[in-house]
Amino acid sequence: MAILVDTSTRLLVQGITGREGSFHTQQMLEYGTNIVAGVTPGPGGREVHGVPVFNTVAEAVAATQPNASFVAVPAPFAPDAILEAAEAGIPLIICITEGIPVLETLQVYHAVRERGVRLIGPNCPGLISPGKAKVGIMPGFIHTPGPVGIVSRSGTLTYEVVWALTRAGIGQSTAVGIGGDPIIGTSFIEVLELFQNDPETRAIVLIGEIGGADEEAAAAYIRQHVTKPVVGFIAGRTAPPGRRMGHAGAIISGGRGTAAEKIAALEAADVPVAERPAQVADLIRRVLEGV
Amino acid sequence: MDLHEYQAAELLTRYGIPVNRGILARTPEEARAAAQQLGSRVVVKAQVHAGGRGKAGGIRLADDPAQAEAVARQILGMDIRGRIVRKVLVAPAVAFEREYYLGVVLDRDARRVAVMASSAGGVDIEEVARERPEAIVREHADPCLGFQDFQARRLAFRLGIEPDLVRGFAALARQLYQAYVDCDASLAEINPLVLTSDRTWLALDTKVVLDDNGLIRHPDLAELRDPEEEDPLEREARLAGISFVRLNGTVGCIVNGAGLSMATMDAIKLYGGEPANFLDIGGGASVQRVAAALRLVVADPNVRAILVNIFGGITRGDVVAQGLLEALRQVEVRVPMVIRLVGTRQEEGRRLLEEAGLTVVDTMEEAAQRAVAAAQSQ
Repeated sequence: MAILVDTSTRLLVQGITGREGSFHTQQMLEYGTNIVAGVTPGPGGREVHGVPVFNTVAEAVAATQPNASFVAVPAPFAPDAILEAAEAGIPLIICITEGIPVLETLQVYHAVRERGVRLIGPNCPGLISPGKAKVGIMPGFIHTPGPVGIVSRSGTLTYEVVWALTRAGIGQSTAVGIGGDPIIGTSFIEVLELFQNDPETRAIVLIGEIGGADEEAAAAYIRQHVTKPVVGFIAGRTAPPGRRMGHAGAIISGGRGTAAEKIAALEAADVPVAERPAQVADLIRRVLEGV
Repeated sequence: MDLHEYQAAELLTRYGIPVNRGILARTPEEARAAAQQLGSRVVVKAQVHAGGRGKAGGIRLADDPAQAEAVARQILGMDIRGRIVRKVLVAPAVAFEREYYLGVVLDRDARRVAVMASSAGGVDIEEVARERPEAIVREHADPCLGFQDFQARRLAFRLGIEPDLVRGFAALARQLYQAYVDCDASLAEINPLVLTSDRTWLALDTKVVLDDNGLIRHPDLAELRDPEEEDPLEREARLAGISFVRLNGTVGCIVNGAGLSMATMDAIKLYGGEPANFLDIGGGASVQRVAAALRLVVADPNVRAILVNIFGGITRGDVVAQGLLEALRQVEVRVPMVIRLVGTRQEEGRRLLEEAGLTVVDTMEEAAQRAVAAAQSQ
């Protein structure tokens, strides 16, 4: 089964003629993702890697019926691209763009919710259901199909954990990068709910980092609603307060959002928290054998 | 991006907020002239990007121009939490009856902008939030409609502000909200907002922090950045498009991705070392960017070993390897370097590095342990 993306995914790529858009279209096609159309205002009528390019999302939808969109356009144009996809009725939008002003993301967040559209990101690596579909920028070869669902605020740190799992012979159902910005379309809780309801997922890895309180909210949700075993990792134990650590959302402010608080909240919800990314694989093996 | 108080004051004045504006001085003599011009008792305030200015002795009263000069002489050059004071603001000393707090922030949990107010003004609001959360009242702005007048009035009434003063307070709160939204701020606050002895509202101290991502929409505000306040290495990093935060340890880090950078710092600490920096070279890093990263790390005299940890997605292993080799041709590295490289085109990258005589290890743990050991044996 997996969650959010699989072999039934019909993907649209917004910004397909750009450097990133074109490169990742090729990478996703090579992985086997079904990309049905691309959009770039202007060059409509051409093809990129054999994918037809349209001027507007509405035209692409009418001609090719995509059910998900991958937004790879620069920050000044990304909110517009997300809204165009939502307006055209695409139910799942994945935005990898970094650098969108947070007040713009805030408006987009509420606008897509109102339309019943799910937004993943922005500032995220996307998601992958190994062996089925890759809608993101992660290296496909590190993944392998299996029973572990992953949800993470980070990109490369997720690859690190996935790689450790794969090397330990443990596969993944879906790995979802929800993004490192202060406001993101989909939170830990919503992905946890999807994994809880996915029969193929037997255990879940939650990868958080300093800043905000989404990990604490996730811990409370796990305690109440998640019966599958969850293993955690929190980055930023050594991060100083008041400094933004790369991600716009990764900042300890007013003494809140520390790794210690998040680890304590997860442990209180019976979620073991790994000290090192590779240790996640050991903890997952233990919980899977215990199931 | 932090603004100075005098910059925030100027910005908020444009929105109609009555701010107790002063005159900026860079020398004691300028402070004296400013006090003369104001012709009253003055307060001399350090203009520096550091909290706790008052406690550090960076805010002082002066009765006359001579005293203003003397006080400014003490404050200028003062080190407040690692920042050197280079400017002071000289403002009229104001008699007031009461102090309030008024602020606008993003409430991440509620996914809304929050306007907060408190009758415990003039003190650290984070302390109030911890110790007396009930002393703070807040309203969330509607994501489409913004912050309404009735919400602003409700804040005032909940603080027990007298009816004749409510309208003025509400106007101020809405002006502050508007400034916050228009400027893509991440914080806009007045602390304290005072009620003067003639019952008018006046902002005695203002603070504005801008969302770095918003600066692309505000080239005029981007120009307010004060290069004197930036660590020279952090400035160089910013211009090269690298996320860099300088720390106090001895193991320099070059990593791709913010989460992995933090995890790498944590691993260094776990194995008994101390990271010298946070450094994320970002996605799709070019040869020039990797070379710039190496230059930044070796420029820190505390660095005794370098750990390069690359897990490629967008960032290709061969590009990182070329960048490192190119940088090593340009930059003299006198400390040991441990490289860990995995991901897209890892084989090509590793081959390039190994052909050049560099050691590449397999896991982040091994890399961190080796780098810590190398730093400690130096």
